[in-house]
Amino acid sequence: MPAPIRLRELIRTIRTARTQAEEREMIQKECAAIRSSFREEDNTYRCRNVAKLLYMHMLGYPAHFGQLECLKLIASQKFTDKRIGYLGAMLLLDERQDVHLLMTNCIKNDLNHSTQYVQGLALCTLGCMGSSEMCRDLAGEVEKLLKTSNSYLRKKAALCAVHVIRKVPELMEMFLPATKNLLSEKNHGVLHTSVVLLTEMCERSPDMLTHFRKNEKLVPQLVRILKNLIMSGYSPEHDVSGISDPFLQVRILRLLRILGKSDDDSSEAMNDILAQVATNTETSKNVGNAILYETVLTIMDIKSESGLRVLAINILGRFLLNNDKNIRYVALTSLLKTVQTDHNAVQRHRSTIVDCLKDLDVSIKRRAMELSFALVNGNNIRGMMKELLYFLDSCDPEFKADCASGVFLAAEKYAPSKRWHIDTIMRVLTTAGSYVRDDSVPNLIQLITNSVEMHAYTVQRLYKALLDDISQQPLVQVASWCIGEYGDLLVSGQCEEEEPIQVTEDEVLDVLEGLLVSNLSTPVTRGYSLTAIMKLSTRFSSVNRIKKVVSIYGSSIDVELQQRAVEYNALFKKYDHMRPALLERMPIMEKTATNGPTEIVQTNGETESSDSKHMPSIAQPANQANDLLDLLGGHDVGPVIQTALPTKPASAGGELLDLLGDLSLSGGPAPSPTPSVTISQPPFLLDGLSSQPLFNDTAAGIPPMTAYNKNGLKIEFTFERSNPNPNISVITIHASNTTEADMTDFVFQAAVPKTFQLQLLSPSSNVVPALNQGNITQVIRVLNPQKQQLRMRIKLTYTYKGAPVQDLAEVNNFPPQSWQ
Amino acid sequence: MRFMLLFSRQGKLRLQKWYVPLSDPQKKKISREVIQMVLARKPKMCSFLEWRDLKIVYKRYASLYFCCAVEDQENELITLEIIHRYVELLDKYFGSVCELDIIFNFEKAYYILDEFILGGEAQETSKKIVLKAIEQADMLQEVGPIYFMKAFSARWAI
Repeated sequence: MPAPIRLRELIRTIRTARTQAEEREMIQKECAAIRSSFREEDNTYRCRNVAKLLYMHMLGYPAHFGQLECLKLIASQKFTDKRIGYLGAMLLLDERQDVHLLMTNCIKNDLNHSTQYVQGLALCTLGCMGSSEMCRDLAGEVEKLLKTSNSYLRKKAALCAVHVIRKVPELMEMFLPATKNLLSEKNHGVLHTSVVLLTEMCERSPDMLTHFRKNEKLVPQLVRILKNLIMSGYSPEHDVSGISDPFLQVRILRLLRILGKSDDDSSEAMNDILAQVATNTETSKNVGNAILYETVLTIMDIKSESGLRVLAINILGRFLLNNDKNIRYVALTSLLKTVQTDHNAVQRHRSTIVDCLKDLDVSIKRRAMELSFALVNGNNIRGMMKELLYFLDSCDPEFKADCASGVFLAAEKYAPSKRWHIDTIMRVLTTAGSYVRDDSVPNLIQLITNSVEMHAYTVQRLYKALLDDISQQPLVQVASWCIGEYGDLLVSGQCEEEEPIQVTEDEVLDVLEGLLVSNLSTPVTRGYSLTAIMKLSTRFSSVNRIKKVVSIYGSSIDVELQQRAVEYNALFKKYDHMRPALLERMPIMEKTATNGPTEIVQTNGETESSDSKHMPSIAQPANQANDLLDLLGGHDVGPVIQTALPTKPASAGGELLDLLGDLSLSGGPAPSPTPSVTISQPPFLLDGLSSQPLFNDTAAGIPPMTAYNKNGLKIEFTFERSNPNPNISVITIHASNTTEADMTDFVFQAAVPKTFQLQLLSPSSNVVPALNQGNITQVIRVLNPQKQQLRMRIKLTYTYKGAPVQDLAEVNNFPPQSWQ
Repeated sequence: MRFMLLFSRQGKLRLQKWYVPLSDPQKKKISREVIQMVLARKPKMCSFLEWRDLKIVYKRYASLYFCCAVEDQENELITLEIIHRYVELLDKYFGSVCELDIIFNFEKAYYILDEFILGGEAQETSKKIVLKAIEQADMLQEVGPIYFMKAFSARWAI
């Protein structure tokens, strides 16, 4: 059999291959030759064959049949064999293969070899790919070598020990004695690897950390070494661009960081040396900056004095102005870490950071964006927002979603005026509309309802935006919702903030119908626009047109649209008398913490006579009210029903949260033109498809009760049961006043336990006349599906003789018939 | 350091050193991903990339990319210095190193790397000492069976 070809020869041959197929053919041929050579147990050429195999492996071809051969090479007595064998083991074997355990014995022998280079090979292999079992078996040998005086072996043993500790943390203790005088070495290699070993031990075990701090007095030793490095003259062996052993310096600084963290004494001991390094290090080359960077990280992490911290931030500020991108990048990263703790210091560099938004590099842009959002506050919001919006316009798509969310958050926190806020939102929607997150739509709608005086302006701007572009769904959804709600303002040209536009009802309906038919609209958007059209039936006069549209979609293929259309049709036909009530203006929605999924809610403005399927998109804005629930200690609280109009309820609800603990809430409404009790209302919540008048017969014989009687204010409850749904109790409160002065601004609020649901209708008035001359009545509807004992907490607020009065009470004396 | 890759501008791998245990298919997948990412970078961009939970530090020397994946707490700037030191070692050893040297002598490139870095950390910060060790080891290859080496080590021990 001819001698196998040499490695270089093979490489040369393979490189002449012009196609992948040709290369594969050559490789296969050679592999076959190698395989037969292995079968012949040829010692002479094994080394060469394995080397070739390793080359082919690097090209991507399978080489597992060479694994055992590597082991044979390792066991050989020739150094060349061992070298290739160990290399092959590191490349082809790993702890997943059982074969690797066969190495253990060889490595053990080689660790004790008479030649340090062989020992070195063994240490290297063990330190790179030793499995836990191997580490357990050989830890003793490594520990022995850690104590040798041979620095060549000592440094390798230290790193090998690091690997052992990573694999088998329990063995850490074993290496402790050997670390005693590691730092008294002169050899930099040993010093460096020792610092790495000590770092690993301190990071892994708090006990070790304390031990090294207190008993070994590591900090002074490290400070001394670092000082020598800085102060000593030129050392050619370790010099890098005029700095003495930067690798060691950086490692020492990192260990100092760990030792100084949360420890005053250690931090104090290293203050001086840190200041020295920070001020004396040459910054013209990357090496110097690498050391400064590590120093800054250390200063920020330990308990350094404020002067030092300011020094550190200033270094970062200088980094930001550096031409080198890499330096700017690390500066931004570090500033991001410190912006929370040293906010003011970082603020000083705000303009530089904002400039980095224009950088070409993606990583730098991202960092700058995150940092910019962290720096926004009430003072700089206008300027910052201008920059950030400009950034939003021009940035890559991958940033747009995050940037848009960031802008919304910042605007919400620091908006200087409502108009500015709405303008900002409009800007985001029109420029990055398709990247805006899904939950922004309900959030924005809620925000818009809250800015009552801006409704006309908002709807006008949204309408104009729709005329330009209907492709961005979040914008379209918010716009259709607003047009549905405030279309009357739009047509009547009431805008104060800017020049009102002349729009006719037909034009508005054209736009909304356009959304329905457009290919760009998603099903959700279509739902929004159909509902908006329907709402306009009470705000516009062209009802017939709306009726036509609605009836057309009654046969739409989209089930969602079809259902809505059918129900709206029903509204026109059978329930026309309810239409105005159902479609009236939405109340202001309470803004609370960010919402999770909430239960279905029924509000006065938007009830449907059918089941809940299409509630999600309409009820989403309403669900904001349910966000109160999230604040109530995370209990599973029932939905909140609000019937309120603007102004009062917002604050009232907030106070209730504080006072009424885990009960579900109902806001107290101000007097409103909502329908009074006697108009029949659709059934409560998920209550079947029919809608029958509720108040047929008052359930005979439930006695009234006095719920509250104090300070001349008496509140009586009378009961009725609704016929179709026996779970619903209807309570009418009668508030009367026996004192000689009127009680004005009277607000009644109630809360029930979580298994109940409560709806409060509008009171008859908000003045309880003196001396029983009249009373206020208000209807409460309580759903009690679990037929539990009814109890209620009520809160009363009123003004009496000019002074505000407030009281809380529990009502527990409900007659059993009222809830059974 | 978790791993180091050397690859050409066409994406051909010239050296791969892994300091974490991974299966071959995993290594292939990771290499492909990282190589793609780095090759997509424009010349003016900074040398650092975020990838998964690691930081990729890379630098191009002539036709070869040197790429290291380090953990989050590592100092990226010093990693650049480590890469540079390795290139200097190769340069000193091969005499004005070029990609072909590394292709045809890949095993030597590994030996040099293993003499500079162990388990992902630098073991020796002196260029001179690393090169001396390689030189000695190379000479051992020339000599015959190992029982001659005792005399050798006695004379050349560092």
